Amino acid sequence: MRAFFDSDIWFSFTRSWLTMGSAIVAFICIAGAVAAPWLAPHNPFDLASLQLMDAFKPPSWTMEGDPLYPLGTDDQGRDMLSAIMYGARVSLLVGFSATIFATCLGVSVGLLAGYLGGTVDAVLMRIADIQLTFPSILVALLIDGIVRAAVPREVHDQIALFVVILAIGVSEWPKFARTVRGSTLVERNKEYVLAARVIGLGRFKIMVQHVLPNVLGPVLVIGTLNLALAILAEATLSFLGVGVPPTQPSLGTLIRIGNDFLFSGEWWITIFPGVALIIMVLSVNLLGDWLRDALNPKLR
Amino acid sequence: MSLLELRNLRVEFPTRRGTLVALDDVSFSIAPGEVLGVVGESGAGKSMTGAAIIGLLEPPGRIAGGQILLEGRRIDNLRYDDMRRIRGKQIGAIFQDPLTTLNPLYTVGRQLVETITTHLPLNPAQARARAIEWLERVGIPAAAQRIDSYPHEFSGGMRQRVVIALALCAEPKLIVADEPTTALDVSIQAQVIALLKGLARDQGTAMMLVTHDMGVIAETADRVAVMYAGRIAEIGPVREVVKQARHPYSAGLMASIPPMDRRVDKLAAIEGSMPRLSAIPQGCAYNPRCPRVFSRCMVERPDLIPAGPTDAACWLYAPGAPA
Amino acid sequence: MSDTPTAASPTPPAAMLETRDLARFFDVSRPALQRLLSREGRRTLRAVDGISFAIPKGTTLSLVGESGCGKSTVARLVVGLYGPTRGEIRFDGQSLATARSDPAQRSRMQMIFQDPYASLNPRWRVADIIAEPLRAFKLVEGRDAQQKRVGELLTQVGLSPLDAQKFPHEFSGGQRQRISIARALSSNPEFLVCDEPTSALDVSVQAQILNLMKDLQARLGLTFLFISHNLAVVRQVSDRIGVMYLGRIVESAASETLFTTPQHPYTRALMEAIPDLDMTGRSRIPVGGEVPSPITPPSGCAFHPRCPLANDRCRQERPELRPSLGAEVACHAVEEGRAILS
Repeated sequence: MRAFFDSDIWFSFTRSWLTMGSAIVAFICIAGAVAAPWLAPHNPFDLASLQLMDAFKPPSWTMEGDPLYPLGTDDQGRDMLSAIMYGARVSLLVGFSATIFATCLGVSVGLLAGYLGGTVDAVLMRIADIQLTFPSILVALLIDGIVRAAVPREVHDQIALFVVILAIGVSEWPKFARTVRGSTLVERNKEYVLAARVIGLGRFKIMVQHVLPNVLGPVLVIGTLNLALAILAEATLSFLGVGVPPTQPSLGTLIRIGNDFLFSGEWWITIFPGVALIIMVLSVNLLGDWLRDALNPKLR
Repeated sequence: MSLLELRNLRVEFPTRRGTLVALDDVSFSIAPGEVLGVVGESGAGKSMTGAAIIGLLEPPGRIAGGQILLEGRRIDNLRYDDMRRIRGKQIGAIFQDPLTTLNPLYTVGRQLVETITTHLPLNPAQARARAIEWLERVGIPAAAQRIDSYPHEFSGGMRQRVVIALALCAEPKLIVADEPTTALDVSIQAQVIALLKGLARDQGTAMMLVTHDMGVIAETADRVAVMYAGRIAEIGPVREVVKQARHPYSAGLMASIPPMDRRVDKLAAIEGSMPRLSAIPQGCAYNPRCPRVFSRCMVERPDLIPAGPTDAACWLYAPGAPA
Repeated sequence: MSDTPTAASPTPPAAMLETRDLARFFDVSRPALQRLLSREGRRTLRAVDGISFAIPKGTTLSLVGESGCGKSTVARLVVGLYGPTRGEIRFDGQSLATARSDPAQRSRMQMIFQDPYASLNPRWRVADIIAEPLRAFKLVEGRDAQQKRVGELLTQVGLSPLDAQKFPHEFSGGQRQRISIARALSSNPEFLVCDEPTSALDVSVQAQILNLMKDLQARLGLTFLFISHNLAVVRQVSDRIGVMYLGRIVESAASETLFTTPQHPYTRALMEAIPDLDMTGRSRIPVGGEVPSPITPPSGCAFHPRCPLANDRCRQERPELRPSLGAEVACHAVEEGRAILS
């Protein structure tokens, strides 16, 4: 741990106010989302506590505002702040899960393609190429469509969350695969790998023990940047109505619901979830940018 | 008057753990037509000295003290554009990797003509004739045809010849050559060394030849500077330094070169390794490895002092040293 | 002189490694579509093209030559990193393929590499790097016993057992090369392939490493295949030397014989090319021209475009290695007596 605080990464972190700022913002977003059940002033899913009388309350600082609801309420009288916190929870859950899924899939494919080469490489990378020609949102829509057609509606609602994670993850693995394949091609010809081959170590052992740890640097960077993209992708899917089920509204769902009231004057219902989404994505993106620069020795 | 003079040059690298002194108190001069060899282990500061002279120190490195004078005029404090003009016209540079010097997108002819017309009062046709002349002079066969080839169409040795032509075509007074033969095969090395030496002699060009290869120095240089941990350990006529070095480090360096003409059971190695810039010991930087170390070496840092025909930064040659 | 074991002679009883007509070609063709469009055929790089040698146990054979002569390919062939295109390799009397498939045999051969900055996994601690062969061959079981052995190995190569907990980047080039050697020694090998082990090192450190290797050979009775471009280094370590040019051995002789009476014009050119450190004022006539591409090697003797002694026969007929004055030389001029020895 002491080594970490002494490292160049930590140094470059403390030198950049923008990075420190975005780290703090990202931390607040994540903490607020994760701890929503304990921190949120209301439980937007507790039907008993909802009162239709409180519907369409504007933010507390406006004329008709109610101090009970700092960011106002929606059409069913749900507190917007609490809804955003719970929504961010879903958004982050999908974002993280999809990114981890895409990372695992992409890293494995890239490692296999780069190290084994030949036909394996050609086949895997052509698949990645083909997938890259489709916009990822289209891939996600396609997967979602297939699942909708294949399973009955009740079942679909239960597994909708997993479908979204799968759809976003599948649409984003080629980026990881390409990067890892590139680094693997470099690493596999380095002499430490040859030394392991002279000993007679198996291919998979060499891939996992020697090559993998040395290709993970760039993966961390794309992983972080991809987290932001995955959150946005989920929001887009939910906005289009094919994302997470309405029983577990994410930020995207909130924006879609609010969108219906935007022109009737209840702007806060859609603007606040939108702002929350922007802040979250921007701070994660800035962190990713910093990480890329910090890990790239050429820019240092 | 000397063509190039370095006075107490000091180059620093500010880092977050404090300032590293990469070059410390480096002074030497090169006369017109003279070849000064600069040798030392990797990290001794020999390439950095060359980079400081041609004004191409890699940031955050900076000249923190001392002066560099070309024909009596300071060039260490020039603005980038002024320095660039000097770099083409007065100082030619040759690096280890010819590919970093040549632009892969232009023919070698275009690059030569551009350099010639920038620095010499010649029209394009004359410049082209001059370029062909130079390619012939550096030993490129069928120069009139090859002039319109791209760098990648030349082999490694031929490319280095093109770089030499490029460095010399503006008729500079000084050439800074940083490991010009290291990337080449032995048989090609010999050709390139012979070429450089001949051209420098014919043109009366002074040369600073940076290399780790003592054989190259012995063949080419008039004087040698041996560098260690950012300082000059010894400087003097090449024959003296090669045959009978005064500084224990230069002597150890010479002794550790495996001989060609006989097999020895145990090579004379210098134990240990050169200290990192962040951990240079107090006193003489060589003291942990020196076989002739004594008390004064541990506390005081020696400057260059006369040691017979050479100058050595070693307390053994100060009055009161143990015999 | 005539009883010197020569490279192509029948297997001496105690040869650690023997190759016969070993060759390795690489396909360097452009992708099929591009080939079709530009109407060019397949292109083959003949990195190693028919070489035979034997290394008696406890001795050092060096292969010298300029870049592209195929010497590093030979090194990789004999440890099984590449498969041969033609010819055979025998390790201690058995075929290399058989030996490589048996861990007990495999552990008897090890390799030391050129670049001390690439040959150690930067994410591993020194202890794990050196212990890797111990674990792979199950030579030493248990973490404590392994750590003890790592400490011994580090001491053996002149480092401290305390260095085991550090990472490679904390060491200088010479120290890293020592770690490489310790890793190679950890499986108690009898045969070490050294691919330019000192060419990335400073000269003072090079001497340390060469001394260490000679010392280890004397103490452990190791057999070396030593690859280098540096004749002076080769002279210090070799019993026998093979000079390679464009994938073939052009001259093979006992070390002393080669240096006192070099016969092949290429060998002589190589020695001529070494700068004269003794400053005797000896004038050198550097050999002209450059090494041709191994994709399109010259006809006949590959050295003929650069050779001062070349005639029509050299341009058409490829010379084979033939005994000559206690060495083996592949040169028509030497065979015909046209090469005057100075």
